[in-house]
Amino acid sequence: MEKILFKHIDTPDQNKIETYMANGGYTALPKALKEYKPEELVEMVKKSGLRGRGGAGFPAGVKWSFLPKGTDRPVYLIVNADESEPGTFKDRQLLEYDPHQTLEGTIISAYAINCHDAFIYFRGEFAYAAKVMERCIEEATEKGFIGKNILDSGYDLNVHIFRGGGAYICGEETSLMESIEGWRALSRQKPPFPAGEGLWRCPTIINNVETLSNVPHIVNKGAEWFASIGTEKSTGTKIYCLSGHVNRPGNYELEMGVNLKELIYEYGGGILDDRPLKAVIPGGSSTPVLKADEIDVKMDFESLAAKGTMLGSAGVIVMHDGTCMVSALHRLIHFYEHESCGKCTPCREGTNWMQKILTRMIRGEGKPEDVDLLFDIASNVIGNTVCPLGDAAAMPVMSFVEKFRDEFDNICNGGKPKGTLKFPFK
Amino acid sequence: MLISEETRKKLAELKDKYPTRQASIMPALHLVFDEFGYLGVEQLDEAADIIGVSRLDMNETASFYTLFPKQKVGKYLIQVCTNLSCALMGADNLVEYLEEKLGIKLGETTPDGIFTLWNVECLGSCGTAPMMQVNDEYYEDLTREKVDELIENWRKGEGS
Repeated sequence: MEKILFKHIDTPDQNKIETYMANGGYTALPKALKEYKPEELVEMVKKSGLRGRGGAGFPAGVKWSFLPKGTDRPVYLIVNADESEPGTFKDRQLLEYDPHQTLEGTIISAYAINCHDAFIYFRGEFAYAAKVMERCIEEATEKGFIGKNILDSGYDLNVHIFRGGGAYICGEETSLMESIEGWRALSRQKPPFPAGEGLWRCPTIINNVETLSNVPHIVNKGAEWFASIGTEKSTGTKIYCLSGHVNRPGNYELEMGVNLKELIYEYGGGILDDRPLKAVIPGGSSTPVLKADEIDVKMDFESLAAKGTMLGSAGVIVMHDGTCMVSALHRLIHFYEHESCGKCTPCREGTNWMQKILTRMIRGEGKPEDVDLLFDIASNVIGNTVCPLGDAAAMPVMSFVEKFRDEFDNICNGGKPKGTLKFPFK
Repeated sequence: MLISEETRKKLAELKDKYPTRQASIMPALHLVFDEFGYLGVEQLDEAADIIGVSRLDMNETASFYTLFPKQKVGKYLIQVCTNLSCALMGADNLVEYLEEKLGIKLGETTPDGIFTLWNVECLGSCGTAPMMQVNDEYYEDLTREKVDELIENWRKGEGS
């Protein structure tokens, strides 16, 4: 398969505008501005089947079409570069090595939704990526791709960079907007959705970096071409992030629907030290875990949903037989407890309570009834919060307990942990 | 006045850049952090006055974001990711190794004020684990050898 987003990821100086343009960059932008009306681009992206790459998989073109027609309020586009889902590290590579691709996608998408101020929100730790993008915006402005009357089209656009402050919650779109507005990033109730009331209560579209990076290619090669890649309902390619106990961790751009087993054993080179596989988290830390005998599954939105889990952000975390699942879950819940914004009681109190239970479990102080209690708390958090962080914390708990119950029971009945989380460091 | 003239100028430019003054807060926090390496109440109050927001709003927002230490930390703020992917690749042992090497525990600063050691949540570098962030830079695929070399270079730079 020919790579789309990663085609030039290893090309030296691809993050400079001259190299990007020598490799076919900024050819989609003039085409979009001259040959298409904004609404035709929305239709094109709808037809391509492009779905959000941030986790939810919502069709991008459909999201765009939710904007109110003929509004006299400003429309904002936000590029979500707050990549923070544990196990996910694809956007960082796109932004550091081929940022103009994302920027060109941003400009075209902004034009498609009649937006004149776009914001790229970087997670605070991505200082280098933000610095690179700052230079890219200057380069693109000098060439007349950003600013007033872009390429004589009469279309104006400013692109602003915002940097977060180390809060996972800002990956959630409404919290992200609170953060840009300068507040503590507490998530907002939905509806109204951001397309109706978003940034400064104006119509707003938020898309992930990888999602928007696909847009120039769709404009250049057509919606049908894009829709022909991948599966019927999950079109295009996906950047799969492989980490944990594999021989060749890293980002792999492959067709949507690649088999998870193939991804781990062929692309990833198999399990570290040739040990037996124990478990795989397929789509970032929030997605329900799979047991070793459940990984013969296609990595697309539908196939993983049919297995009771999610494609999410495609952050694949691999664990071999030496891993203690109780300790692994403790580590994840520690994260959600730390990152809960505190707005909703079930999430704020639930993550804290679950963390306390898991802490006593790994100290060997767990009580036999703790396993049911842990599951019960998770099932009362899920679905009961304003934003998906509560669900994101509950899903790993419920799936770990369901699928590895024996390890939890064992540890809560005085048994020794079946594995560790203290792995060697070379 | 604690904030330098240069930073004050940059802060003043933020004042009317966005539809609301409140929206200048995140960029302002970064400017103050870049100068001091932490956000103290005095600096935050000064910055609030320059960008024209209430001191309360400035401090409330700052308190939410864990990227910014609220007290002075070592010159090199070492932040080791100990989330799951990094833990699977030895992050806990990396932390122990650093504790031994620096003679401090997690959360502490060396008596000479050069190093502070923290553990942090996922930094989006899971494929190159174990890793750590030191000030603005990422150090990935860490080995004992690499850590030795880095610490030695930083110590040399301090003449100790």
